[in-house]
Amino acid sequence: MVIYFVRRLAILAVSLFAASILVFTMLALLPGDQAQAMLGVNATPEALEALREQFGTNRPFTERYLDWAGGLIRGDFGISPLSGVSVGSEIADKLGVTVPLILAGMTLALLIAVPLGILAAVKSRTPVGTALSALSQVGIAVPSFWLGILLITVFAVKLQWLPAGGFTGWDDFGGAVQALLMPALVLGVAQGAILMRYVRSAVVEVMQEDFIQTARAKGLSRSQALTRHALRNAAIPVITVLGLQLATLLIGTVVIENVFGLPGLGRMLLQDVGNRDLLKVQGTVMVLTAAVLLINFVVDVVYHAVDPRLRSKA
Amino acid sequence: MTGVSGLVVEDLVVKVHDIQAVKGVSFEIGRGRRMGLIGESGCGKSLTALALMGLLPHGVTASGRVLLNGRNLLDLSDKQMCAVRGNDIAMVFQEPMTALNPLMRVGNQVAESLRLHKGMNRAAASARAVELLERVQLPEPDRTARKYPHQLSGGQRQRVVLAIALACDPAVLVADEPTTALDVTVQAEMLRLMDTLVREEGASLLLITHDLPVVASICEELLVMYGGSIVEHGDVATVFDSPRHPYTAGLRASTVLESTDGSGRLSTIPGRVPSLGSFPTGCVYRNRCPRADDVCGTVPLLTAPPGSTQRAACHHPIESDQPLGSGKASA
Repeated sequence: MVIYFVRRLAILAVSLFAASILVFTMLALLPGDQAQAMLGVNATPEALEALREQFGTNRPFTERYLDWAGGLIRGDFGISPLSGVSVGSEIADKLGVTVPLILAGMTLALLIAVPLGILAAVKSRTPVGTALSALSQVGIAVPSFWLGILLITVFAVKLQWLPAGGFTGWDDFGGAVQALLMPALVLGVAQGAILMRYVRSAVVEVMQEDFIQTARAKGLSRSQALTRHALRNAAIPVITVLGLQLATLLIGTVVIENVFGLPGLGRMLLQDVGNRDLLKVQGTVMVLTAAVLLINFVVDVVYHAVDPRLRSKA
Repeated sequence: MTGVSGLVVEDLVVKVHDIQAVKGVSFEIGRGRRMGLIGESGCGKSLTALALMGLLPHGVTASGRVLLNGRNLLDLSDKQMCAVRGNDIAMVFQEPMTALNPLMRVGNQVAESLRLHKGMNRAAASARAVELLERVQLPEPDRTARKYPHQLSGGQRQRVVLAIALACDPAVLVADEPTTALDVTVQAEMLRLMDTLVREEGASLLLITHDLPVVASICEELLVMYGGSIVEHGDVATVFDSPRHPYTAGLRASTVLESTDGSGRLSTIPGRVPSLGSFPTGCVYRNRCPRADDVCGTVPLLTAPPGSTQRAACHHPIESDQPLGSGKASA
């Protein structure tokens, strides 16, 4: 287990290195650099050259990469030439909105999906099971923005319990929690509905396994067989989906961030791409890539903790 | 059928949706006796076993009586049945590769039974589990107990399954094709072990298989099942040596090497087992039987000739020393 952990950590480091090269190269190869974007199509070659000199973008590729990557290691993402802000602190700022939102949303999703998914599986042949499956279909089908607007109409406009949108920062903790409540709920419903289907099918499948019959033949009741034998086995496919959902959500919260006017990472990235703030785009993409790699790392380690079959292969 | 009754099955009917898959089967296994149940796939053997255990899948129902210690198991609620399963009646399954929980150490899987029925604490159950693993002759039982199923071979896993089944000294052990999935070299060992342990425990054994020699090697009595009915029943040696039902004779001819027809190949029973619900009316075997005639349109009774206990459900049973196919009534 420890050996596996160390090896997997090494793979993570190599992946991060490869990702940094890829991200840097792709943005460097894009036609039109920062100077061009700022000065427009009518700029004189002299003016462009001067600006490139100032940004340092006329230096050789390798030198620029090493400069950037070296900065990343120190946690320095550079200063955006366009907006003059520190890319690192901008990203950290937005992560302060997006990460709590995702974590709250996924926690809600789990709280919805696990009990209801198990119930739907256990009652799969009864009207209750059918109703729960139908409910999860509805949850998947309802567009997030629509649910968001509905919640805003009810809780912000009609009842005036919660703010309709915006985010004033974590200094006002209560306000921040209130601001994130509805978006997290929307996220939780949408992701929970998807996750619930996976929980249900995983449990249904495992309950048909031979070892459940062995457990029943021992004298375990159906619910004992479920809790002692089925759930841990059913968790394996669910962990996979959970990891994928987390990774997708890092950028997939754009719609919700827009509906609720939250200054999140997805929203910032969209704006930066529009403004051609390349250094910020580069930093943000790198952070997202790193997050996805990190999530996969955690998922793999959790797999190993859960499944002894993987441990002995390593 | 001698001695105190262990398990009595009376008129057991198993319905798969509305089709009778087991059609009123009755038999009795004396305490400490070993009964074989043979037949081809799809003849209702496994459903019979699951009905005894009260573990029939959804949509499959059992009626009739399964008497164990004076109680009809079919009348018990699932909760009451949970106290019986694994404690009074236990089962060994066909597929050792999938019969164990892959995420749980095998020792704990054995101990679970003990904690459930014997109320043992964790430490006592674990210690007893190691003893049980030793009883089923697993090497280094204390180390094996800490292993996961994937670290064991098929034969070793089946020993673990056997240890689980025998953990609480059940009165009846049902073994459904316990050796079919094992290597031939391991099969004999496994059978010998099961035979020894069942004898030591004084448990009654119902051994389900499609393999006639397997039954002959450890059972005393034999039930032959076809199309959801018992077609022949008697002492293993007698039934094996001189079957009265043409189906038993066909099974025997297709497994015993001496009966090759000179071509060096084993003979086969013509046709195949019909699917559920499409067995002929009357005698279930008549569409494949070389001796069938018009009389076979009525259901034959399971009867023995005077002075014998070898019962067969056939209108034209094979009398001793009479080759299969002859003696057919003129019709």
